[in-house]
Amino acid sequence: MENELKLKKLFAEAFGVDESIIVDELTYKSIEQWDSLAHMILITLIEEAFNIMIETEDVIDMSSFLKAKEILKKYKVEF
Amino acid sequence: MLHDKYAIITGCAQGIGKSILDIFAKNGATIFANDIVHGSLDEYSCLLEQKYGTKVYPMYFDVSKKDEVREAFINIFSISKQIDILVNNAGISIDSLLPFVTQDMFNKVFETNVFGVINMMQYASKAMIKNKYGSIINISSIIGIHGNYGQLVYSSSKAAVIGLTKSTAKELSNFNIRVNAIAPGFIDTPMTQKLSSSIKENYLKNIKMHRFGDTEEVAKCALFLASNLSSYVSGSVLGVDGCMSI
Repeated sequence: MENELKLKKLFAEAFGVDESIIVDELTYKSIEQWDSLAHMILITLIEEAFNIMIETEDVIDMSSFLKAKEILKKYKVEF
Repeated sequence: MLHDKYAIITGCAQGIGKSILDIFAKNGATIFANDIVHGSLDEYSCLLEQKYGTKVYPMYFDVSKKDEVREAFINIFSISKQIDILVNNAGISIDSLLPFVTQDMFNKVFETNVFGVINMMQYASKAMIKNKYGSIINISSIIGIHGNYGQLVYSSSKAAVIGLTKSTAKELSNFNIRVNAIAPGFIDTPMTQKLSSSIKENYLKNIKMHRFGDTEEVAKCALFLASNLSSYVSGSVLGVDGCMSI
C-alpha cells in the first residue's frame, strides 16, 4: 500500500494533476496531461524513486496505472 | 569549458573518438570512455587523468548489444546520476556495390551505426530528462548527406543518423536537451589511412581547402556542441569537411 501511494504521487507529479485522478483505470492519453513527454518524465521519476532501470519494452507497455503496478512487480517492487 | 560536466563518448580508442576524448578531458569533463576492444583505453585514460587532472572511466561494451549497454548504464549511474553529454561516435563501415549488397551487411552496419546510437540515447536521455539538461552529439558523415560510390550501406546508416538526430532534437527540446550531428568529410584517421594513394588523390581533388581534415578539427566542433557556446543550437548537422563536394 505504501508503494501504491508512492507511485500515485509520482504519477500526479509527472502529469501535474491531483492524486485523486490517479486510479487503476487511468490509461495513457486518456487525459491530456498523460502525453508522450509526460510519460518520459514519469519513467525517470519512477526509476529514481524505486532505484530501478526500466527496460524499453516496459516503458512502452506502461499504458495504465494498473499496468504500471504489474510491471513494477517484475522489478521487485511490492504492492 | 566542461568543468562539472559528465560525458559519455563511444568508440574512443582511436581516430575521431580519441581526439574528442582528449579535448573533453582537457576541458575538465568527467568522462565515461567507451570502446569495444577490451583494454584499449586503460593506458590512455590514466595518461589523460595525469595530464589534465580529471577522471576518465574506461568502459568496454558493444553499443549494438542492448544487454551490454544496459549493464554499462547501471555501472555509469552507480557512479553518477548526472549525464550532461553523450557523443555517439562508434561506427563501422562495410563497403559494397549495389549488386553485391546483402541484408546481412545492412544488419551489421545498422546494428552499430543506427541502433547503437538509439540504445545509447534511450538510456542517457533518462538522466538528461531528469536533470533538464543535456547535449547529444551524433557523428554522421558527409557520405550520409551526399552518398558515395560503393558505400550504399554506410551512407544509408549515416543518413539515418541525421534523421534520428533531427527527430530526437524535436522530442527532447522540451527538456532542454540539444541533439546535433557532425558530418565529417575526409578525415585523416586509421580507417582512411588504409586507402590507396590514388583514392586519396581523387578525394583531395574534391576538397576546396586542398587538404584532409584532422581528427582534432572534428573534436573542436564536438566541444562546441557539447558546451554552452552552442546553447541555442539543436537539430543541426555541422559539416566539418573543408568544403568538400562528392
